[in-house]
Amino acid sequence: MSWINLTALWKIVVYGMIAGAGLPALFAVGLRALALPGGARVQTAGADSDQLVGGNVLGMIIAAICFLTILAALGWGIYEIYQLGHPAPVKK
Amino acid sequence: MGVGNTTVLVLVVITALAFDFTNGFHDTGNAMATSIATKALDPRVAVALSGLLNLVGAFLSLAVAATIANGLVDTNVVTLQVVAAGLAGGIIWNLLTWLFGIPSSSSHALIGGVIGATIAAAGGSAVKWHGLISKVIIPAGLSPIIAALVATTGTWLLYRISRGLTQAARGHGFRIGQIGSACMVSLAHGTNDAQKTMGVITLALIANGTLHAGAQAPFWVILSCALAISLGTYVGGWRVIRTLGKGLVEIESPQGMAAESASAAVILLSSGVGYSLSTTHVATGSIIGTGLGKRGAEVRWNVAGRMATAWCFTRARRGLSSRESTLCPGST
Repeated sequence: MSWINLTALWKIVVYGMIAGAGLPALFAVGLRALALPGGARVQTAGADSDQLVGGNVLGMIIAAICFLTILAALGWGIYEIYQLGHPAPVKK
Repeated sequence: MGVGNTTVLVLVVITALAFDFTNGFHDTGNAMATSIATKALDPRVAVALSGLLNLVGAFLSLAVAATIANGLVDTNVVTLQVVAAGLAGGIIWNLLTWLFGIPSSSSHALIGGVIGATIAAAGGSAVKWHGLISKVIIPAGLSPIIAALVATTGTWLLYRISRGLTQAARGHGFRIGQIGSACMVSLAHGTNDAQKTMGVITLALIANGTLHAGAQAPFWVILSCALAISLGTYVGGWRVIRTLGKGLVEIESPQGMAAESASAAVILLSSGVGYSLSTTHVATGSIIGTGLGKRGAEVRWNVAGRMATAWCFTRARRGLSSRESTLCPGST
């Protein structure tokens, strides 16, 4: 028996990076895409504006894909944890 | 089963639930500190949301409860009195650290207490050292480091990617994102911390002979623990929020989001494989990580050092004091 479960540790580091750093990064990509300036919209945002939507249609689509991917990943991850945490009852 | 045993059992269950309540009370800060510090969420909303998600989280996974109930001590020799003694000190420690605003680990206090009481009552051979080291001690040591690593990477990525946004837009956007990440932390907290109490109550039921060895937590145990922790969370502890949110590093909303995401991911993954870890230590590791990930940000190492000292003492002192209460003849 080993004192340290390397497989579990490795999984926590890799999945932790994907979920804990990757998903927020994807959120940042979404924010960035959302803020792309659009041609149809008059540019009113100044340097100190906190406006998030730039009005670029492609940007908005990319942002929507990013945000939906995050939600899907969270849903899938939570489902996996549920599966792991509810093993079939051990027979006596 | 005699009447005496039933009385002790009821006392243990009530004490454990009270512990769970203080745990929620104590740990609201971990989940919501950064959101409140960056003004992403109104404190009242944050606390209510956190309570609700802790409730959901408690139902999400039973792996950690199984670790505590069956993986740490020999259930054949542990008696109800041992579990009772282990619990008794945990609550006191939690309240003391809360009072002084130290974000120490309530989970390690609980586990240390049960282990200490077991050693005092039945000797070191009654402890399943392999389970204790591989599922509690090593995860406890590594999880804050992994969380710090993830948070450092996340912070660096977030600032890098959002460079093109104005300062104000960036703050606004990540404050919205933080609502999501803070919710995940609360959920994760329920999957790990509520489980510990479930595990202890299940252990008491096994010790009493009500359940067979290897049994899972019964539904009423899951439900009552979930309710206790979410109620405790709702009642909330503001002192720890202040220490964690403002004391360690100055936090901006991208850092808040990175810290929370890192904590949530590490805690949820660990819960999934049944590792009992300290949500407090993970949250602190993440906050330090966001300080390291942002250029120019400073980590207040002296505050971090004081916390680390408190952590080191938690387990040792908890083990000792529950040992005393086990040895004290009047305590049953």
